[in-house]
Amino acid sequence: MHEFVQYVLSYLGSDKTPGGAGNFFWAAVYVLLVFVGLSVAVIAMNWLERKILAHMQIRLGPMRVGPHGLLQPIADALKLLLKEDIIPEGADKVVFWIAPFIVVLAAFTVFVVVPFGQTHAITDMNIGILFMLGVSSLSVLGIVTAGWASNSHYPLIGALRSSAQMVSYEVAMGLAVVSAILMTSLNDTSTGTLSMIGIVEAQNQQKIWFLFKFFPLGIIAFTIFAIAMVAETNRAPFDLPEAESELTAGFHTEYSGFRWSLFFLAEYSAMIAVSSIAVTLWLGGWLRPFPNALQGSTWDLAFALIPGLTFLFLGAICFYNTARMPKHPLFRIQTIGLAGFGAVLALIGLVMFLPPVRDRVGDIFWFSAKVAGFMYLYIWYRGTFPRYRFDQLMKVGWKVLLPTGLALLILTAIVGMRTELVAQVREVFR
Amino acid sequence: MTDPKTLSPLDLDTPDKTFLDANELVINMGPQHPATHGVLRVILRLDGEKVLGLECVIGYLHRGVEKIAENRTYTMFNPYVDRMDYVAAVSNALGYCEAVEKLLSVEAPPRAQYIRVILTELNRIASHQLWLGTHALDIGAITPLFYTFRDREEILKIFEKYCGARLTTHAFRIGGLQYEAYDGFEKDVKTFCAFVKPKIDEYEELLTTNRIWLERTKGVGVISGKDCIALGVTGPVLRASGVQWDIRKAQPYANYKNFDFKVPTGEHGDTYDRYIVRMIEIRQSLRIIEQAVEGIPEGPIMAKVPKVMKPPVGEVYHSIEAPKGELGYFIVSDGSTQPYRVRVRPPSFVNLQALDVMCRGQLVADVIAVIGTLDIVLGEVDR
Repeated sequence: MHEFVQYVLSYLGSDKTPGGAGNFFWAAVYVLLVFVGLSVAVIAMNWLERKILAHMQIRLGPMRVGPHGLLQPIADALKLLLKEDIIPEGADKVVFWIAPFIVVLAAFTVFVVVPFGQTHAITDMNIGILFMLGVSSLSVLGIVTAGWASNSHYPLIGALRSSAQMVSYEVAMGLAVVSAILMTSLNDTSTGTLSMIGIVEAQNQQKIWFLFKFFPLGIIAFTIFAIAMVAETNRAPFDLPEAESELTAGFHTEYSGFRWSLFFLAEYSAMIAVSSIAVTLWLGGWLRPFPNALQGSTWDLAFALIPGLTFLFLGAICFYNTARMPKHPLFRIQTIGLAGFGAVLALIGLVMFLPPVRDRVGDIFWFSAKVAGFMYLYIWYRGTFPRYRFDQLMKVGWKVLLPTGLALLILTAIVGMRTELVAQVREVFR
Repeated sequence: MTDPKTLSPLDLDTPDKTFLDANELVINMGPQHPATHGVLRVILRLDGEKVLGLECVIGYLHRGVEKIAENRTYTMFNPYVDRMDYVAAVSNALGYCEAVEKLLSVEAPPRAQYIRVILTELNRIASHQLWLGTHALDIGAITPLFYTFRDREEILKIFEKYCGARLTTHAFRIGGLQYEAYDGFEKDVKTFCAFVKPKIDEYEELLTTNRIWLERTKGVGVISGKDCIALGVTGPVLRASGVQWDIRKAQPYANYKNFDFKVPTGEHGDTYDRYIVRMIEIRQSLRIIEQAVEGIPEGPIMAKVPKVMKPPVGEVYHSIEAPKGELGYFIVSDGSTQPYRVRVRPPSFVNLQALDVMCRGQLVADVIAVIGTLDIVLGEVDR
């Protein structure tokens, strides 16, 4: 027992990730935390998407289950769990059964290397970004098997579309990623890294987010990635695989209940995963905004207070809406619930002001805030864009993004090596 | 391979083959499908995603409207026509009432005609708005639907105030109007015109120059003016193919000749042109409404029509420009109180024929876009 306590305590105070320190206990704790956090994020995302989309479309969205529909995702999850689990008669049962798990597995496994903070990652792999890209592309397998196992026309077409789309956009995505990795090699030590934490630290050392590096190359790479990642996650305007007006629900048409909800879960966690890659590679990961322009302990303190203030603000919104609730006995429980929710948020905000907490959550907060920005973009796209046609989507992938990505890669390499190149050229002509 | 143009869409010589070992895939789209605008069933013959041919199976909403007419008096049949193209019920009623008036050789008084024009044009806007919302939804833009429905609501409110019904209005009677325009009718209509103009800009802002929208609609579902005429296609579809044919201008009915408006035409006959034509039509309808509401004359709203209608023996064909195209009524009278035969020429039904021509060689996603752009209402197709 004593040894175990020692083992647990030995990690505290280390500046490594649990995986890096080889501490299985804390690794397990982190895995659990990430899993729970991700599930909460998916639930929150579900509610937010409905609400934001609704407000873009001049409607209210869920309003009945809980105050302002806050409990709607939970009600939906319950409904899905209680639904009959239908497996079509002609389906390949084993494959049909496995498919959603492959998708979920792929979507969740990538979070092993996502750096929420300097030490806040389950582990830091030296090939982190490769691992992420590799594992996330495994989800294609799940989608293809799902479409095939359903033994039905619409899922089959949906799955074919989906796999073609995901595979072709991965190429462009990979090129954009490589150009960011090239930038990491411009450190003092001039060694590049594939480690997710290493990439962010490189941005810290070079005192610039890779988004702005070699203007406009960084931005172009980011744009390519940002387009490819929407296609990769099968979201609007690239949501052909599940184009509901054409293929009813695409590859998961035949799925219902819990199995369907797994696809749903996987889609949202994949969205979060690719957004995390984008944040890590171009937006400085956990680094706070303007670390160079706004330096000094005063600014540090000011930025450290923002997480707490954000939660207080969210709490304040809740209280404001509590005050606006109809004063009718029917709404009493809802009013109390909303006030309680606001109180919880405000409490979290207050806790975040405590110095020990403040220092530890800052990283996670900034990382999550940046990812949340991407989530908002996803919803915004969905509210504004019509859907691409399949051939057009392929055209964008292969004829636009891929050549741009290649040119960009070469340009980044040239610009990165310009001093050496100039020296070489001088050598030749001397 | 056989030339897809000569293949009959339903020519399934190998029905036993499963889709995995055949190159061609036959997909049954509908009748329960989100994008077929009701209960249209389309049998698609596909090569991968390419459409080799298709056949429409209709009749799921058949209610025998034409047969019903033979067992009702002329007045009693009036509400039934509202149920054909239920998103443009006022136009249906206008066509029917005018056809019977022609048979009876009476004419609605000017005041009634003006109010008829206002309501019909309002209905045209409502119909086009509904079309735009659902068409954009089919192409994947979900937001315009809510915008158009919000603004369509204002039109329906005017209808509701006028006659108590929102959708199947039964607004007109043979010989004129049942109801006098309510107090503030003119003001409501004017307010609506001012209200809706910026909203139309709003729709256009979302779509007209949207790159994805352009790519999805330009060059999709092209049909030439010649093909349109050969198939009997009318309405915005015909005009988008470059044929300037609008019955309001060509064979003026009601009192459309008193109003100044343009008939927009397209050039390419593709989905985008049809979109643009309809958007301009909304604006032109607003122009007509504004002119009409300024000039509503005083006077009776009902012509002298006998209580028991017994039109003389004979037949009449009268057609109007409904939002979807030429809506014609062919009525044969045997001198009794009930029509001997009523034949409706529904624009949706005729336009739907063009679906096969427009879709061949295109992709599955385009079929959805083309069904949307044809602007069919299954209630009218099946009657």
